[in-house]
Amino acid sequence: MSLPALVEPAPELTVDEVRRYSRHLIIPDVGMDGQKRLKNAKVLCVGAGGLGSPALMYLAAAGVGTLGVIDFDVVDESNLQRQVIHGQSDIGRSKAESARETVKEINPYVDFRIHEEHLDSTNAMEIFADYDLIVDGTDNFPTRYLVNDACVLLGKPYVWGSIFRFDGQAAVFWAEHGPCYRCLYPEPPPPGMVPSCAEGGVLGVLCASVGSIQVTEAIKILTGIGDPLVGRLMIYDALEMSYRTVKVQKDPECPICGKNPTVTELIDYEEFCGVASTDAQEAALGSTISVTDLKEMMDRGENFYLVDVREPHEYEIVRIPGATLIPKDEIISGRALAQLPQDKPIVLHCKTGGRSAEALAALKSAGFSDASHVQGGVTAWAKQIDTSLPTY
Amino acid sequence: MKVVVNGTPHEFDEDATVATVVRSFTHAPSGVAVAVNDAVVSRGDWETTALHDDDRIEVLTAVQGG
Ligand SMILES: [Zn+2]
Repeated sequence: MSLPALVEPAPELTVDEVRRYSRHLIIPDVGMDGQKRLKNAKVLCVGAGGLGSPALMYLAAAGVGTLGVIDFDVVDESNLQRQVIHGQSDIGRSKAESARETVKEINPYVDFRIHEEHLDSTNAMEIFADYDLIVDGTDNFPTRYLVNDACVLLGKPYVWGSIFRFDGQAAVFWAEHGPCYRCLYPEPPPPGMVPSCAEGGVLGVLCASVGSIQVTEAIKILTGIGDPLVGRLMIYDALEMSYRTVKVQKDPECPICGKNPTVTELIDYEEFCGVASTDAQEAALGSTISVTDLKEMMDRGENFYLVDVREPHEYEIVRIPGATLIPKDEIISGRALAQLPQDKPIVLHCKTGGRSAEALAALKSAGFSDASHVQGGVTAWAKQIDTSLPTY
Repeated sequence: MKVVVNGTPHEFDEDATVATVVRSFTHAPSGVAVAVNDAVVSRGDWETTALHDDDRIEVLTAVQGG
C-alpha cells in the first residue's frame, strides 16, 4: 500500500542545501520534490536514548527541517554503550541539550526543538500538535500507550520501535490507514513480566538496526515513497539475522481506534500499565487486603471507613457498597485529610489497585497508620464478589 | 494436529484454537500477540480461530525497551 506524501514541499532549497543533499537529489524517487518535503517536515522523537540516538542523527542528516525531542533525563555512563548521540564529555548533562549539540554538528540547517519535560497525559496533545509525525524511542510501556493514544486522537502517524536483548520490533501505527499499537497489543504484559533494557540488557547496535528502520519509514511517509510499514509488524532477530514481517489488521474492537471506542481522551497510563511507584509499593507491603477480605470485614460488621479514590465519573459506572468517594488527588494534596476519621481503620480502593496504593502512601506519611488498600480494586470486586456489577 | 509454534513443531488436539496455543505457552495472555501464517489474529478472535495442520504460529511478546 503506498500513501500520498504527508508533507507539502518547502518553496525552495538553498544552494548550500542542494550541495549537502545531492546524494538524495539524484535518487529519482526522492529528487528536489522529496527533499523539499523533508525540509518542510516537523518530526518529534520521544526520547533521546537508544532508538532516539540513531533516529535523531539520521533524521537530522537527511534534512528534516524541524526536529523535536522530548527527554528530561541526563546522560549516564551506562547509556554510552548504545546511545551514540551522546559522548564521554556529556555524562551528567541533559540528554536533550547533548542531542542538540550533536545534531547541530551533523546539520546546522535543522531547527532543533527541545522539550525537557516528562511526557504525560497533560502535555502530550499540546506537544504533538506541532509535529507531522512522531518517532517513538521510549523505554517503557506507559509512555508507549500514551504516545499511541495521542497519535490516534490527533490522526498522526506513530513510527514505533522497541528492542530487547537481540530482538527488535517496528511498525507504523496510523489509525487512519491501518491498525494502532492497541490493535496489536491491547494491553501491556503484567508489571514485572517483561524486563526493561535496564533489567534485561540490550545489544547496543540493535538500536541502530531498529532506529534506522524507523527513520526509513519516517522518510517514506513524509515524502510519499514506497510501501510504508502500515499494517505490518517488522520482527528483527539479530542472532538469526532475519527480518520478517507479519500482517496486522485493524481490530474492530480496538478500544481507541475501533468501531465503538471506549478511550476517547488520554487516560492515566501508569495505572493502565499497573506501574506502582516505589513509595506505593512500600506502603502497600503488609497493608493490602483482597476483595474477599473486604467482603468478610463487611459481613462481620467491622467498623471501618471505605474510601473510593477514583474520579466521580468512574464512581458513576460502578461502586463498592458503602464506599465514600474521595479522588486520589484530594488525598495526595492533603485537602481531604480532615474528612477522614482518626478513630477507625481506613480502607482505600480504586479501579485496579494502582491509585489506591499511591493514596495509601500519602495517608501513611500523613500519620494514618491503620490504613490499607484493596488489591484489584472495584474490578476484582465485580469479578469475584458481585458478578452482577459491570467492569470498565 | 501438527503445527509449528515459534519455529518448533507441536502437537495439539483437533479442536485447538489460537487461545489454546497461547494458554499452553504463557500464563499471562496480556502483552502477547499471535500471528498465524504471517498474519496477526486480533485478541477478540483467539477463541474462535481454529488451527489447521501445518499452521505456522508465532507467539510474540511486547517489549518495552528503546
Ligand atoms: Zn487500534
